[in-house]
Amino acid sequence: MLFFQILRTAFRGIVANKMRTSLTMLGIIIGVGAIIAMLSLGEGAKQQVIESMSRFGTNVLRVRPGMARMGHVRTGRVETLTLDDAEALKKEVPGIRFLSPVVASSIQVKYSNRNAGTLITGTTPEYIEINNFKVAEGSFFEQTDIKLARRVAAIGSTVRKELFGEGPAVGEEMKIEGQTFTVIAVMETKGQTSFSDPDDQIFIPVTTSQRRVFFQDYVNDINIQVEEASLIPSVKEGIERVLRDRHRIAPGAESDFTIRDFTEMMMAMQETTRTFTVLLSGIAAVSLLVGGIGVMNIMLVSVTERTREIGIRMAVGARRKDILRQFLIEALVITVSGGLIGIASGVAIASLISRFGEWDTVITFWSIALGFCFSALVGLVFGIYPARKASLMDPIEALRYE
Amino acid sequence: MGGGPVEVLSSVDLDIKKGEFVTIMGPSGSGKSSLMNIIGCLDRPTEGSYSLNGVRVDSMDEDSLAAARNRNIGFVFQSFNLLARHTAIENVELPLFYAGIDGSEALAKEALKEVGLERRMKHRPNELSGGERQRVAIARAIVLNPPIILGDEPTGNLDSRTGKEIMALFDGLHAKGTTLILVTHDPNVAAYSQRVINIKDGKVVL
Repeated sequence: MLFFQILRTAFRGIVANKMRTSLTMLGIIIGVGAIIAMLSLGEGAKQQVIESMSRFGTNVLRVRPGMARMGHVRTGRVETLTLDDAEALKKEVPGIRFLSPVVASSIQVKYSNRNAGTLITGTTPEYIEINNFKVAEGSFFEQTDIKLARRVAAIGSTVRKELFGEGPAVGEEMKIEGQTFTVIAVMETKGQTSFSDPDDQIFIPVTTSQRRVFFQDYVNDINIQVEEASLIPSVKEGIERVLRDRHRIAPGAESDFTIRDFTEMMMAMQETTRTFTVLLSGIAAVSLLVGGIGVMNIMLVSVTERTREIGIRMAVGARRKDILRQFLIEALVITVSGGLIGIASGVAIASLISRFGEWDTVITFWSIALGFCFSALVGLVFGIYPARKASLMDPIEALRYE
Repeated sequence: MGGGPVEVLSSVDLDIKKGEFVTIMGPSGSGKSSLMNIIGCLDRPTEGSYSLNGVRVDSMDEDSLAAARNRNIGFVFQSFNLLARHTAIENVELPLFYAGIDGSEALAKEALKEVGLERRMKHRPNELSGGERQRVAIARAIVLNPPIILGDEPTGNLDSRTGKEIMALFDGLHAKGTTLILVTHDPNVAAYSQRVINIKDGKVVL
């Protein structure tokens, strides 16, 4: 019998029993939806790690003023870290490859008649090493510029576009807080991430930012790259020791600074993702199993209801394998339709998770293919028994069935 | 049910010739249904032999039996036995699908025309009268041009006027050379046939 005719019969059966078929599909929909959501979450976490690695660099610690309380909300004074602290850490803590103090705040900048709101990052050349920035044009400021607090700026590509358009940027003069700065470098584009635009910022020497722009003698942040991952704990200890000593914090008292370990955060995040993934795969497995049993049940009901039809088909020449094929395809139509709806809802759930949750999700072709295959597999596994039962009917008995 | 095997038919020695029109008559439980199932290749005799067109049916496997039903026999039942969710023409197409014939729609249309139902081919069985349903069933039976039409009380569910129309159709088929075998209680039906075979207690009574 032609495949198309079998499909037509199957779809008629579904239309005739809309309610019971859609209830049967529900398990498959939930199961496949969970598979899609789970895989998109795993893939999202993976890509987030890769992205973060390239953004923050590897083995990076950040020391920030204030105490960590209630998650990432900082309390207490924010003026506790100074350039001298940074200097001392560099000298006294072994295992640090790069260290750069950061003074950062959003501000309005001006070039001829154009204005732009952007982030000013006062720092040292080591910053671009730690955070994987590269210079596209000109050259980044040097130690001398920091010593003399020169008014020089290295601008991100977004700022360049906003202020200079297609015109030349390096060598031009721009205004930051009324001070005239010379653009000495344009940075390579890093690309927008889900968090922020790293290209929308201007780097100036840390000393210049303190004395001429923000008028503060503290720093907002100290970025540290540790030589290798295994040294992270000892470097953290070293930072703790040196800063507590310099800040004269009594033993037992809380530190007035916080060390953020991105590697650790990433691992914690991955751990949460993994827990979630395990939970979702559990849901997927259980609902596919229960859904499959539901399909088997409904197919058994259908076979019994259609005993007469089976007899008629056999009388006009259907072989056992024709009947088997027909009922198997009908089971597949139910599970694969459920699977397609499940894929759609899985994609929807994934986008909801990334919009409202703290995880990124990425839908891949393979997750969709896998969801589809699983729905077909459930149809085959749980459809074969009812189909076999139908195909083994005695045509005479079947024709006599009321 | 249960118990040992029951002998339903015994010492049935029967020859039906090509192009013959015979009726099988007998009281309920006489074994005429079993005889019909064997003739229709729905069942095989446990003992003895049955040849169709010179081919032994009793030793065929299931797939060959299905093929024999498909190609050699057109069934017409008392209760029509149409697929309720399918239109008239789709019902008629059914044997063609199992025969693996493409372009089945034209053949089905032709068969429906032959029974005078081409105007109602898009209707479902529940939108048709009893007589019309039986015409659809006959169209389904003849669509593959089988040598034998097997009718099981084909007029049993019809009023006498409609029954006559159906019998006229059968007469026409017989005139074209189709072998007709009808099982019936009705002497009026038997009157159309050339030969009446009486069955009683599993035996042919002369």
